[in-house]
Amino acid sequence: MGSRVLCPACPGLSGCCGSRCPRGGSTVGCYSPSCLTLITTTRRLCILKGIYPHEPKHKKKVNKGSTAPRTFYLLKDIKFLLHEPIVNKFREYKVFVRKLRKAYGKSEWSTVDRLKDNKPTYKLDHIVKERYPTFVDALRDLDDALSMCFLFSTFPRTGKCHVQTIQLCRRLAVEFLNYVIASRSLRKVFLSIKGIYYQAEVLGQPVTWITPYTFAHDHPTDVDYRVMATFTEFYTTLLGFVNFRLYQSLNLLYPPKIDGQADVELKPAEGKEYAMDSESYLEKLSALSSSLARVVAPTHEEEVELDEFPVEGETAEQMDARKKEQEALEKHKKLFEGLRFFLNREVPREPLAFVIRCFGGQVSWDKSLCIGATYDVSDPSITHQIVDRPQVQQQVVGRYYLQPQWVFDSVNAKLCLPVADYFPGVLLPPHLSPFVTEQEGDYIPPEKLKLLAMQRGEEPGDANEESEEEEEEEEEDSNDKEEEEEEDESEKEEEMKLKKLEEQKTQSNKALPVTVTAGKLRLEDKQRLEQEQQSEEKRLAIMMMKKREKYLYKKIMFGKKRKVREANKLAAKRKAHDAAVKEKKKSKKAQRA
Amino acid sequence: MAEPCPSSGSEELTDSEGSAYSGLQDSGSDSSSSDEEEEQEEGPGGGSVPRTRAKGAPRKRKTLEDDSSLEESKALLAQNEYEEDSSDEEDIRNTVGNIPMEWYQDFPHIGYDLEGKKIYKPIRNKDELDMFLEKMENPDYWRTVQDKMTGADIKLTDEQIDLVQRLQRGQFGDVHFNPYEPAVDFFTHEVMIHPVTNRPADKRSFIPSLIEKEKVSKLVHAIKMGWIKPRKPKDDTPTYYDLWAHEDPNSILGRHKMHVPAPKMKLPGHEESYNPPPEYLLSEEERLAWEQQEPAERRLSFVPRQHRSLRAVPAFPRFIHERFERCLDLYLCPRQRKMRVNVDPEDLIPKLPKPRDLQPFPTTQALVYRGHTSLVRCLSISPSGQWLVSGSDDGSVRFWEVSTARCMRTLPVGGVVKSLAWNPNPSICLVAICVEQSVLLVNPCLGDKLLYGATDQLLESYVPPEEERVQPVRWVTATAEEHGRGIRLLVQHSKAVKQVTWHGKGDYFASVVSDNSNMQVLIHQSSKRWSQNPFRRSKGLVQCVLFHPIRPYFFVATQRYVRVYNLLKQELTKKLMSNCKWVSSMAIHPGGDNIICGSYDSKLAWFDLDLSTRPYQLLRHHKRALRSVAFHRRYPLFASGSDDGTVIVCHGMVYNDLLQNPLLVPVKVLKGHALTLDLGVLDVLFHPTQPWVFSSGADGTIRLYT
Repeated sequence: MGSRVLCPACPGLSGCCGSRCPRGGSTVGCYSPSCLTLITTTRRLCILKGIYPHEPKHKKKVNKGSTAPRTFYLLKDIKFLLHEPIVNKFREYKVFVRKLRKAYGKSEWSTVDRLKDNKPTYKLDHIVKERYPTFVDALRDLDDALSMCFLFSTFPRTGKCHVQTIQLCRRLAVEFLNYVIASRSLRKVFLSIKGIYYQAEVLGQPVTWITPYTFAHDHPTDVDYRVMATFTEFYTTLLGFVNFRLYQSLNLLYPPKIDGQADVELKPAEGKEYAMDSESYLEKLSALSSSLARVVAPTHEEEVELDEFPVEGETAEQMDARKKEQEALEKHKKLFEGLRFFLNREVPREPLAFVIRCFGGQVSWDKSLCIGATYDVSDPSITHQIVDRPQVQQQVVGRYYLQPQWVFDSVNAKLCLPVADYFPGVLLPPHLSPFVTEQEGDYIPPEKLKLLAMQRGEEPGDANEESEEEEEEEEEDSNDKEEEEEEDESEKEEEMKLKKLEEQKTQSNKALPVTVTAGKLRLEDKQRLEQEQQSEEKRLAIMMMKKREKYLYKKIMFGKKRKVREANKLAAKRKAHDAAVKEKKKSKKAQRA
Repeated sequence: MAEPCPSSGSEELTDSEGSAYSGLQDSGSDSSSSDEEEEQEEGPGGGSVPRTRAKGAPRKRKTLEDDSSLEESKALLAQNEYEEDSSDEEDIRNTVGNIPMEWYQDFPHIGYDLEGKKIYKPIRNKDELDMFLEKMENPDYWRTVQDKMTGADIKLTDEQIDLVQRLQRGQFGDVHFNPYEPAVDFFTHEVMIHPVTNRPADKRSFIPSLIEKEKVSKLVHAIKMGWIKPRKPKDDTPTYYDLWAHEDPNSILGRHKMHVPAPKMKLPGHEESYNPPPEYLLSEEERLAWEQQEPAERRLSFVPRQHRSLRAVPAFPRFIHERFERCLDLYLCPRQRKMRVNVDPEDLIPKLPKPRDLQPFPTTQALVYRGHTSLVRCLSISPSGQWLVSGSDDGSVRFWEVSTARCMRTLPVGGVVKSLAWNPNPSICLVAICVEQSVLLVNPCLGDKLLYGATDQLLESYVPPEEERVQPVRWVTATAEEHGRGIRLLVQHSKAVKQVTWHGKGDYFASVVSDNSNMQVLIHQSSKRWSQNPFRRSKGLVQCVLFHPIRPYFFVATQRYVRVYNLLKQELTKKLMSNCKWVSSMAIHPGGDNIICGSYDSKLAWFDLDLSTRPYQLLRHHKRALRSVAFHRRYPLFASGSDDGTVIVCHGMVYNDLLQNPLLVPVKVLKGHALTLDLGVLDVLFHPTQPWVFSSGADGTIRLYT
């Protein structure tokens, strides 16, 4: 996205497109200058209606000859805002606030009550429908909505925005998580230093969102929370409707209800009531440990074999590939099927519970940690216990004690990784981003290579050896190169000698120390000659390029070269690092000996 | 005033018999304080002191503890409680008032009494040890407090301690106060049959109220006018429903036709991981560089970090910022559809015929002609292609045999040779050389003796006309000594000559004088020893001139234009725009329809005279200024020499078919000349018959490429 251009002028909603900007027949050519400090209503309207500025084709023309940076809106867009029925609602609200303030000032409490009863409200349903005419459109734009809702749901209940908004955000976020669990549509997870990225495939659309780590926020002062709140207002509406539709598509009840059996299980056994049902509803839901009630009772039908409709022009190979992909996807969905996890106190409960449940695993935690724990630490059927402390004092035989990264790495690798690298206190292997797909010529970290080999079904040990062999080969290669270089140098020396001789011959004919030296047979490398010729041809052709094409060509080549340079740099860094690690190991060994 | 205090039993009235009424904390009487003390909280703080005092003197004390404890004595003092209310009656021995007593820390006294005399601190000679001993030995040590006003020690009584403890527990100070008195129901909850009072109802309770009527009518009016709205019924529709139940993919608003959906956020790479591979971590220099960059310039908005385990990962401090910036991007960033050029760079390279198919052309350096000691400015070759002549800044002209690189003759001319030209007529052996202000016509006496003898005869056969004509130059016959060196004629100009060129027939030649006047270009006829000035007016600084090989045209290149004159009609036929800043050299295709111009701004312009007056193609092959250009007489080749030390040979095919444009393909870059004084190649020249090219350089050599 380009740089943000702001202008100091501040036209209001009504006056902005009247006299100020050129009136013309074409709607596209008319721009209305505007800026950051729009009056609040206009700003809110722009946010809600999704109106954004446009970059004019001829900046000078629309800006009266000046090239100063200004923001330009399409005149049509601003007119479009004026026709929005919600503008009247905003005005009503303004009047309401004024009346209320007056009544308060006069201490007319009955008036205050009456006014409060008739508080004007507005709905954004029609705007959602207008901005996203189809459901798929809405899904495509869900990333920001989800990220924002997840952020707002972690805000404290005081200060920055209304409590209702925070609660609503939390509810919608939890509902969405529950949908993802129920539909098993999570695909990728990534622990970054910013937060946790999730990617789910909802009805064929990739939806990515980020959640912050659960810490108290250090609220910055240079952020306008009103802008964020306005966005959130729209996003909550959108997400609510999307959730409704998604739940409907899975035959789930909306608002979600916890499945009857699970509900019973969730109730604490020792008659001590935790809270009233209505109060603990959201908490139970956000525990993510129980399945949801369906409109139609689920019949445990066997998986229906999907009929296959061969697409025209598709070869058998393509069909096979597609089938294989489908199978892999099904397998990925059942990654943790049959595994029982237990989360220790110190690991982040919600993300782990979410991820494990998304892939069919069962999960529980300490009862004191959160509501919804289904089994105890001492349960013998637990297969994996997620631990994030240097060592575990009392280990139970029959289960793996693993660091949380194992879960995320396994999900990204689409297979249960070997557990040995993830034992508590062990130096973890790097956590790689699942969003990177390396293309030809890009740098691929060795861990990724190993992983790819593993996915292809090779033994990890073999891969190691192979890589070592490769390294050796590389070393040999480099030796070869060096030799070649030496040869080159020798050739050059010869040339120098020849030149000297030539000069002597031409310049000093008087002294004639005629000595005949045996000529050396020089082998001409045909391939090399060929290559040289080709490269020269290319150079000559580049000379003949047109100016514009040459510029483009140079730009492309520059980009390519930069990419290669960066990849080389990374590779060199890795090599240096590995060498340093080896050195350290050696020195340690030496010390021991 | 002096009121005997009914003290509670257990305490002894040690201080004075008259202290009927003293502060609670007085070691003497304890609970016998009164309300007044509450009012005097603002009096000097600190504990009161047990003191002896005048009999009957009213006592007033501040209590050490809270005054509320005194309530219990209230009852006892029911009578005459205001008797000693006046504050001036107070016996305040220390008059400093309610001040922090540490102000008197460094003084020997602690305040002033009523007479203004200093009250001295009690002599204390207790050191730490004494204190400790007292602590260990004195059983009452724990209940001893120091009065700050007087510095004396006070021992608290049991009562006082009891009070303190009760207050600490949050109980009432008064022991006898019962907070749980049984509630007395003054009005029973049961409905009685009789009214409480027997008063008859007022008359006004039967008359409708006017005020109320007015109020009601106001409300009614407001409702009628719609100022007051009746309570809205609750909206029962659910908040969320299936919004896209009847979705119509075609119902896209007109506005959305141009809609540019917001681009998604960039997905994170390996470097954003909490535990990235080690090569993605920044080294020390990279981190410093990152810090020094402007936030907008940074390629990464964060520093990659490695954490040992998930529990060590802190919160990201800029999380809210990033979301906010995303919001701003969404509604303040102008959106634009940018077409990404997705071309293979190889496709951009034009498809040209391979140089191999365009042979012959010079490819390798064959010979180097050494001998000149300074830069070789100009070259020329005999029409037979056997002899080469070169002029240099060292003031000599050398004649070379082409095939052997042997210097046949050296002719010192005593000046910088700017230009020279061999007569193109194969039957005449004559070279025109520009030296300072004159053009020398030299017979090199090389090759066939008959031929150069005939040339000499031709020159000597000149008969001067009867009447002397006025000429812009002077024709001088060479002296005997000069004749011996080969010089035959001298054409002496008024100014320095910079270029000379022959007409194809070999009789006429043109010379260019570095001048600003109309005398810049002169055309000479060697057989008649006659010169003329073809131009009446100067059209700018002439760079070079050229005769058309076949037709009677004459090309004059000024700084930016090339003018074509018809010599027969004596008129300007064409003016070619070179699109260059400064033309340096010019050459004409042997066919006569195409011209190339080299310029000092490293461009080569190819003109097709039939096509237009603008260049057909502008070639930017060289990196620096072009010094000379040349066409081959037979092969479709042309070459350009430049200051960057290279000679570029191009294939320039001109077709007879007028509809087909010339084909220009660079075929070879020839390198060999060393750069001296920022000059590379000064002149290029093709062999008349072979596909060979000569180049003379600033390094004093001439090179032959074959």
